Amino acid sequence: MARPKRIRKMTNPPHFKGFRPIGLPEENNPVVLNFEEYEAIRLSDFELYGQVEAAQIMDVSRPTYARIYESARRKVAQAFVQGRTIVFEGGKVYFNSEWYSCNSCGCWFNHPSKELEVKNCALCGSIDIEQYSDDVLQSAIEDICICPKCGEELKHTPGIPCRQEICPKCSNMMVRKGGPYQHRNRNNQCK
Amino acid sequence: MKIAITSTGNSPESKIDSRFGRCAYFVIYDTESGSTEFIPNQNKENVEGAGPASVQLVASRGVKKVVSGEFGAKVKSIFDSLQIQLVVLNDSEKTISDIIKLLEDNK
Repeated sequence: MARPKRIRKMTNPPHFKGFRPIGLPEENNPVVLNFEEYEAIRLSDFELYGQVEAAQIMDVSRPTYARIYESARRKVAQAFVQGRTIVFEGGKVYFNSEWYSCNSCGCWFNHPSKELEVKNCALCGSIDIEQYSDDVLQSAIEDICICPKCGEELKHTPGIPCRQEICPKCSNMMVRKGGPYQHRNRNNQCK
Repeated sequence: MKIAITSTGNSPESKIDSRFGRCAYFVIYDTESGSTEFIPNQNKENVEGAGPASVQLVASRGVKKVVSGEFGAKVKSIFDSLQIQLVVLNDSEKTISDIIKLLEDNK
């Protein structure tokens, strides 16, 4: 059996359902663009992130990101050339944007209908709101080596694998913070 | 739209209750008519399942938004499936009338 797909992280789903070509009769053979493919196009071509950064934001590997992005562009091209409808649907994703905080009244609120964009605080109506993002995402962008034994953190040097770094406190092998090794160690500790 | 607020007492001057399932009273505030209704929470003394029982109570009143200090682990998924918005307010010094005033200004 194939290894299950890693769940892709998304910031916000599109607040509309798709695109339709002008001047063609309605046809029911739409191109289905997955949410992860929409997100790949948004990150690469709208936010202009590099593939490495974009892959970290979506919490997948760089080659996986490249595959998602390529499939997305092919689908968009197919729809443009053949004049087909694009529908945003499905995909293995989870949304990061469920919780918001308001800087004006200090409350937190979530958002039940994901298709609508959040502009105002649910309590005081202020527009000074912020999306909640967790620490794992932050550490994935910042790249920190962590010691699984004592929890000592070091800034990761690009190009040097974390496991070649040695913890200055207990001389243990370091692992990447928020990476699979750290999660595995954490799981072992739970048992 | 109807909004539920958890309250420690049955007057507009009482403070917000920081717990959802075991709060003393629910205040149902209607944004259209501006009316408020205080409902005592019978699930307060429950050993188990106070959260889901309270969800049923507020959902049966047609509430679309719930303001409280904290929501338990079981409650969150039920509210999600009912499409009810949660607002977490950590400021326990706020009174019910303060919150209603915020909601009125929001309109």
